[in-house]
Amino acid sequence: MKKRFLKTAVCMIAAGVLAVSGTGLTVRAEEGYTYSYDYWGDIQYSPDAYEVVGVYTSADLGLELPLKRPEGLFVKGNSIYVCDTGNNRILELQRTDKDTISYVRSIDGIRGDVEVKEFNSPTDVTITDDGYIYVADMNNCRILKLDMDGNYIMAFTKPTDATFNQEIDFLPAKIAVDTAGRVYCVAKNVNKGLVKFENDGVFSGFVGATPVTYNWTDYVWKKFASKTQRENMEKFTPTEYDNLYMDHEGFIYATITQANQDDIDSGDTDIVKKLNLMGSDILVRNGELYVIGDLYWGNGGGYDGPSLFTDVTAMENDIYFVLDKTRGRVFAYDDQGRMLYGFGGPGNEGGYFRRPVALDHMEHDLLVLDSQDNSITLFTPTQYGQLIFDAIEQFQDGFYDESGASWQEVMNQNNNYDLAYIGIGRSLLRQKKYQEAMDYFKLKYDDDNYSKAFKQYRKQWVEDHIGIIFAVVALLMIVPLAIGRIKRIRWEIDKADIFMNQK
Amino acid sequence: MTALFKKNQKIADYKKSLQFAFYCLTHPLDGFWDLTHEKRGSIAVANTILIVTLLARLMRLQFTGFLFLRVYWPEINIILQIGSVLFVLAMWCVGNWALTTLFDGKGRLGQIYVATCYGMLPYPLIQFPLLILSNVVTVDEAEFYMVLSSFSLVWAAVLILFAMAQIHEYKMAKNIGFIIATVFAMLVMVFILLLFFSMISQGVAYFISIVRELLFRV
Repeated sequence: MKKRFLKTAVCMIAAGVLAVSGTGLTVRAEEGYTYSYDYWGDIQYSPDAYEVVGVYTSADLGLELPLKRPEGLFVKGNSIYVCDTGNNRILELQRTDKDTISYVRSIDGIRGDVEVKEFNSPTDVTITDDGYIYVADMNNCRILKLDMDGNYIMAFTKPTDATFNQEIDFLPAKIAVDTAGRVYCVAKNVNKGLVKFENDGVFSGFVGATPVTYNWTDYVWKKFASKTQRENMEKFTPTEYDNLYMDHEGFIYATITQANQDDIDSGDTDIVKKLNLMGSDILVRNGELYVIGDLYWGNGGGYDGPSLFTDVTAMENDIYFVLDKTRGRVFAYDDQGRMLYGFGGPGNEGGYFRRPVALDHMEHDLLVLDSQDNSITLFTPTQYGQLIFDAIEQFQDGFYDESGASWQEVMNQNNNYDLAYIGIGRSLLRQKKYQEAMDYFKLKYDDDNYSKAFKQYRKQWVEDHIGIIFAVVALLMIVPLAIGRIKRIRWEIDKADIFMNQK
Repeated sequence: MTALFKKNQKIADYKKSLQFAFYCLTHPLDGFWDLTHEKRGSIAVANTILIVTLLARLMRLQFTGFLFLRVYWPEINIILQIGSVLFVLAMWCVGNWALTTLFDGKGRLGQIYVATCYGMLPYPLIQFPLLILSNVVTVDEAEFYMVLSSFSLVWAAVLILFAMAQIHEYKMAKNIGFIIATVFAMLVMVFILLLFFSMISQGVAYFISIVRELLFRV
């Protein structure tokens, strides 16, 4: 950790010196925005993968009543739904153009047969394919199901089941709804996992509870500690989820922010999970680094500690993005759990955030909701970012040659990008160019892929040289045999001589 | 004529004690007894083995397949790499000699050095072929490399253990006790050296500041 801190400190000093000296300022400033990590975990600055299309504030959207602490964001097609938590309303916005977002309507209350017709701190909203709006109406302790006009259909309320702690209020914070109308909910103060409701409103249990783990040093300590000491010690409680996202296949991406720093650093706690229907974590973590966002947490300008992911969103190509509220950054990971890039930072400029709370995507574009700035930032991939998407999608669709070519383009723009090398290697591997693939994998220390290529290469080599190998083996066997034979003949001759002499 | 004969004799002796090093590999008890008591070991061969060991350690960094060893070159210091072996070896010899000489150990400092170096022979002997092996295996076959690599260290450790028992004429229990004590002696030496160097640097800094002060005022 100390080493990391030093490295960051050196980087910061270097950046400071450069900024003061003012040479090459424009280039430097650009370099700092987007970065990735190489095999060693060193920061490699890269061209920007995303650029800001616009930052949309209340004034830009033409709202009479400005946004107040918005918490939730949901994108459906071209429509953007925002939970204006402080004003107890849901806003529907429309992206009409590449760079225009306009106000459509506001859902201020619920119509129909329901007692409480107003929202009270709605924190999340979800629209299903069959045209229903689900709202996490937090301080009313309910999840509402409405039709598109805001008519009341039903409500999901506090479970009466004994497994749900009846002493606490049911405070739904974030919700996701699957195609069958089942509701998954992150509720405050619930640490048993996601609260799951059937589509008829019946509580059907918890999903994805984190198993309680402890290490043996803690166990030994507790044996020796007195009762009061034990009470003061950190309790072994499972972690609470903070946010969730249901991807196109129905898997739930969930994030956790309440985790021990050391556990995050050592990879003991997974702060991003992908849950299947059974609630088990199926996120692929084949990267050299853990899925933890920033590796260097050096204290700078009041920003300290690990990346804390408040929201997550996954695209159709299984690339997922997480939103870090500690430093206001967005990190992209591919389907193998390798970090594609990270960008952003704390600040007031476009592309920087003060208190980002929600993230969603519209095809390849990203939207980030900032609850302190009361604004929505719209990002779109740059040519470089689009190339990375192309390369990954082409590979997923089986166009290996094209994928290799796209990665080559990426590499032309960013020579320090490990994934480009590995991407080219994987494409070459599929094209059965093993030796070239090996070179690329070796450069970026990808041992698994290297082994795959090398195994084939070795097989091919043996097959090509089978004649020589046999010859060498045969020679190795024949030569000692022949020598033995010669020695024996000599010995027999000698013996014969002696025999004759004796006679 | 005599000079030439002597030189030939020297080469022959060297060859003989080099061959004897290989004998010690498989016959540690017998071999290390003869090493000192029959004077079959030599400092020249010990130096050779040490140099080859160092070479194996350095070549390992460069030529091992990346599946097994990934070197962050910016942080590699060749002096430190060599020093980490030589310094520990020197401390081991001195520490062991200093302790055993007080408790009926029969080995002299030179003999401890020679025996330890002879004991290190398995390391280069296995590591050099492993360099080649590491470049022709895949991750699935990595176990072979791992096992052989640790075997080279275990073998060397066992040899050194027996070597110490034989040259000091110790029983095994006493020998192990003294090896543990030697490790502590090494730690004490490191501590004293650190203390020494920090004291010296403080002292030097003191006089430098006095001289500076004087220059300033006069």
